[in-house]
Parts: sequence; C-alpha cells; structure tokens
Amino acid sequence: MTPDQIIFLLCAALIVGSALMVVTTKNLVHAALWLVATLFGVAILYGLLQAGFLALVQVVVYIGAIAVLFIFAVMLTRREMRDKGTQVNHNWGISALLALLTFGGLAFILSSWVGFSSTAKAIPAGTDTLMMLGKALVSPDAYVLPFEVASILLLAALVGAVYIATSSKE
Amino acid sequence: MQSEWLYIGLFLVIGIIVPIVPLVASHFLAPHKPNPIKQSTYECGIETVGESWVQFKAQYYIFALVFLIFDVETVFLFPWALALGKLPLFAVLEGIIFILILIAGLTFTWRKGLLEWA
Amino acid sequence: MTFWNDPINYIADWLRGVFMGWGITAGPANVITALIGIVVIILFALAIAIALVWVERKVVARFQDRLGPNRIGPFGLFQPFADIVKLIIKEDITPAGADKVVFNMAPVISLASVILIWAIVPLASKIYGADINVGVLYLVAVGSFGTLSVIMAGWASNNKYALIGAFRMVATMISYEIPMVVALMIPTIIAGTMSVKGITQAQSNLWFVFLSPLGLLLFIISAIAELGRSPFDLNEAESEIVAGFHIEYTGMKFGLFYAGELLHAFTFGGFMAVLFFGGYGGFFGLEKLSAFAWLSNPFIELVVFLLKALIGYWVIMWVKYSMPRIRIDHMLTFNWKFLTPLAFVLLMMTALFDKLLAPTQFYVPGMFLSNILLAWIVIEILRKYSKRERIEQEKPAEPVIQAAHH
Repeated sequence: MTPDQIIFLLCAALIVGSALMVVTTKNLVHAALWLVATLFGVAILYGLLQAGFLALVQVVVYIGAIAVLFIFAVMLTRREMRDKGTQVNHNWGISALLALLTFGGLAFILSSWVGFSSTAKAIPAGTDTLMMLGKALVSPDAYVLPFEVASILLLAALVGAVYIATSSKE
Repeated sequence: MQSEWLYIGLFLVIGIIVPIVPLVASHFLAPHKPNPIKQSTYECGIETVGESWVQFKAQYYIFALVFLIFDVETVFLFPWALALGKLPLFAVLEGIIFILILIAGLTFTWRKGLLEWA
Repeated sequence: MTFWNDPINYIADWLRGVFMGWGITAGPANVITALIGIVVIILFALAIAIALVWVERKVVARFQDRLGPNRIGPFGLFQPFADIVKLIIKEDITPAGADKVVFNMAPVISLASVILIWAIVPLASKIYGADINVGVLYLVAVGSFGTLSVIMAGWASNNKYALIGAFRMVATMISYEIPMVVALMIPTIIAGTMSVKGITQAQSNLWFVFLSPLGLLLFIISAIAELGRSPFDLNEAESEIVAGFHIEYTGMKFGLFYAGELLHAFTFGGFMAVLFFGGYGGFFGLEKLSAFAWLSNPFIELVVFLLKALIGYWVIMWVKYSMPRIRIDHMLTFNWKFLTPLAFVLLMMTALFDKLLAPTQFYVPGMFLSNILLAWIVIEILRKYSKRERIEQEKPAEPVIQAAHH
C-alpha cells in the first residue's frame, strides 16, 4: 500500500465512523461535533486530491459557518428536548432497507464507470489551478453565468432567511 | 504541491500532540483531591439556581444565518481576486456586479430590521 | 549553500544525509526531517508565547502605572517559568456536570488552532514551513477551529457564564470574519497571489500599507475582534461574566487558553507585517544595492520579521489597554452596518483601480488618494449621522420642559 492509500483509508474510516456517531449519539451537541469530524475528514480527502483551495473552503464554510450555525440552533432549544426519547421510529427497518438499496445501486453503477479502473491524468507541473479557476469563473465562455446566478441564489437564500426570521418574531 | 499538504497534515498531528504534553505532565504532577464544593459550578460564590443550559436570544441564530450566506459569497470572490491582474476589464466588472448583489442583500437585511439587536 | 545563507535547508540536507547513512530510504528520511523541522517551528512558537507572558505583563503594568513582575531574575524575566511550574503543579478541577471529553478537548484545540497557523508563517525568505498557494485562506480556515474550541469550552463547562461568554465570543468572531476576509482579499488583489510568501515578495519595493491604508485598518479592527481582545472582550467581560468561556478551567488547561491567546495576538501582529508592511523583507529595494546585500541574510530577515510582528502585537496591546469594552449590540451594529459595507466598497474600489491604473505611473498615488478620499467620505457620513442622532436625542426633552411651564 502506498502512503496515500493508508491516509485515504484512515480518513474514510474517520468519515464513516463519525457519520455513524452523528446519527446514533443521543446528545445533540455531540452529534454536531461528530459532524465537524466528518466534514473535516472530507476536507482531508480534498487535500489528498491536491485540491487545496477546496479543502480550505470546506473548512471555512462547513466547519466555520455551518457547524457553528447547527450548534447555535441546538442551543436555542430547551434542554428538555434532548437526551430523551428513542433515536428511531417504527419505520427504521424500511428506511435501512432503502438506504442499503440506494448504496447497492450506486455501487453497482459506479463499478462499471471507467474512472475507477483508470488513473487520472496528472496535472502538468507548474500549472496554477487556482489562477485557472479564477479566470474560468468570470470568463464568458466558461462559468460566468453560474457565477452570477450563484450570487442571485444566495440572495434568494438571504431573503428566505429574512422572511423566516421576521415571521417568527410576530 | 502534494508534499506541502502532507507537511500541513504532519503539522496538524504534531500541533495537536504538543498541547497535550503539558496536560499529561500536569496530570502526573498535580494533586488530585476532588470534593463536591470544589467541583460545584462557579458563580462567584452564589449557589447555582436552575439549569446552566439557559435559552438564548434567537438573534444569535439570525446573525449566524446572515454570516453563513456572506461567508459563502466571499469564498467565491477569492479566485476572482487572485486572477484579477490577468483578467480583462469586463471580467473585473462581473466580479463587481457580484459584490453589488451581495450589498443589495445586506441592504435588504438592514431595511427589514434584522440587523437590530432587539 | 552555507549555514549562513540558508540555515534550514543546510541542516535539513545534513540530517537527510545522516538518516540515509543509517540505511533509511529517501521517502521516510524526508518525512523524519520534516517532522524534526515541524517540532522546531512549534517549539520556537511556544518559546515566543512564553516570552510574551512576560512582555504582556510588563506592558500592562506600564500602561497602568505599575512596575509589573520584577522579583524573579533581572526585570522579572524568569517570571513566566515560575508561572509555568505553578500552572503544571496546580490541581486540575473538572466541575461536576461538565462534559469531560469535550471539556478536555477544548483547550487543546484552542492552542492547536494557533500553532497550526505557524505552518505557513514566512519567518524569512528561506525559513518557513510550507508555502501553500492558498495561504491567506488558510489563516481564515484555521481560525474556524478557534471558534469551535470556544463554543466547545463554553458548552462543556456546564456554567451559565461560560455559555454566555462562548455565545458572545462566537457572535463576534463570525461577524468580524466578513471584514477580515475582505481585508485579506485586498493584498491578494494587489499581489496577484494568495501565498503569504508571494505577498511578502510583492512588497519588496513598496509596502501595501501605502496602497491600501484602509485595508490595514480593516484588518487590525477585525483581527482584534477575532482575538476577542478589548474593546471586543465582551466574551470575557470580567466585571459581568467573570471570565467567560474559560471560567471553569484551572491549572494547565487555563494555561493553554492563555498561551493560545497571546500567541494568536502575536501571530496576527506578524500577519499585519506580512500583509501590509513587507513581512521579513520590504526594504524598498535597498537590499539590491551591494552595500546593503546583508539585508537579505535569513537571520537578518528573521529579526526584521519578529520586530515587525512585535510592533503589530504592541499596537494590539495598546488598543487593549486603552479602550473600554463595548456593548454587544454596538459590537454587532458596528460590524454589520459600518465595517461590512465599508469593506465591500473598499474591495470594489481596489479591484477597479488596480485594473485601471496598474501599468501606469498613477498607480501608487491613485490607490493611496482613493483610500484617503473614501476615508474622508466615510467620516463625513458618520459626522452627518451622529449630528442627526444628537438632534433626535435632544428633541424629546423639549415637550417635557414646555409641559412644566404650563
């Protein structure tokens, strides 16, 4: 095994293990912290893929913002809402089956994908991928429309957040 | 490229181990005689009333929500800022339109009174 | 390559040779050498933190017209070592009802999040950990672990004050992250790179503070808020919530938070130097003259960097010990209604002027004057606003007086 593979396996174990803890732990704050571990594992995976920018964005957005938002949300609830009740309802068997089927289907489809059996082309040394990304984001023959639409989409999300916040005040 | 991220990874591991060392030293060297009074919650000597999990203003959550949206938007701007020197003028203006939409969002939130702490 | 012009690589090559001589292959030998380098950098950072304990105490004493530590060693220089011994042999109390695992993890993550920044700090042109092409964003990313450690500490302590402090701290940190990110984007635009070493090199002829003084101001303010230092220290607010998120921490665990805070402040002082004052270099092209070639010696550069970082740190201390604490609503209003819009306007202006003026000789004066102009407009707006506020506050008083006359 190459060192890359060992790191990948450790990382995958971290992601899957902490993802399981997110759904099984009874303490909501612990669940949020396990979620942070999962998201951090994903960031390491990006780092392994030499996508440093994406790895840092994952940390900044998911751990620095979304996880904090989750913890805030949990703390806004009353304590009575935690530590009590079961984790599952009576449909858990069916949903476990559905999840298994989805996983099996995805695994089946992906197993026939060529990307698994072939090695990706190496990026030529000295390529500034970040510069290319910056240029592509605002270039008219690349992603300028998605770039501006993303801004509109986020504006819509902000309007939605404002609407929820103001309607709950009344 | 790869080696630099490997280096950061190693740094992360050592960076976590180093702060643990004094804690372990303290664990072996420090006395350990707990008693209920010593371990009680510290509130300047006054007996604790009720639970420590107090409910917070919803305002904290709203600020976190607004922050999240701006955080995502600024992340988009980093590659643009980096490549700015090599972009044509209209591409720079596209980035500025992006920021203007962002400011519109901020103005809207402001007008709706969400930035008030009340 | 000699020891004097490239010490780190010289030692690293020698170590690599020693390990290979023992029969270790090149890959593991590289990793072991890197590990030794990492330990050296971290110990160097911690040594700075220990020295800062003395600096901080001495400076605060002078600000408050006291002498400060002066008993142990000359000028009390050995005080920090006595402090460390005290912290280690102090009883460690975990409050009843605390969440033990999270409670113990929080101080470790807090200090680790600061230490991690040192992986990219460019101490000299040839003394640095890693030169990643996203260095500036790395600073923000590592900061989010600091935020996380605060919320973990506050929650796990099972104490009302701790939780309130943690909430305030996190509200401050996430709010001021927006102007901070924008302030980081301005050197990125001017230098055309996000690597901190690249930004330093781009300033070898002219410091960025002359191109964007407002950017520096934004960075200082948001850095102080990110650190949770006065006037943004409402997370600790010893007069109301005693110590905030680390109220229940004793002994070495408190020591870790304290060391982390001091080192964080110093690191931000260093980044102030890196982003706006030329970092380890920035001698205005002086080092190119043969008489001043010694300026680009790594040891000189290291001393220059540490001095600049210390000056930045001193500014942060100066603000801390001169300003009263602000209220949380003022803190949030100041950020969202003043700093954030200003940051975005500055960003647009910088982007536009950088594009339009870059190749011409008007670049430097244009950038500087546009910053000054923007600052003047902002001050005018603030003056108008405060005048209106004052008039409005004086208004309701009048009817009362008239009623008394009747």
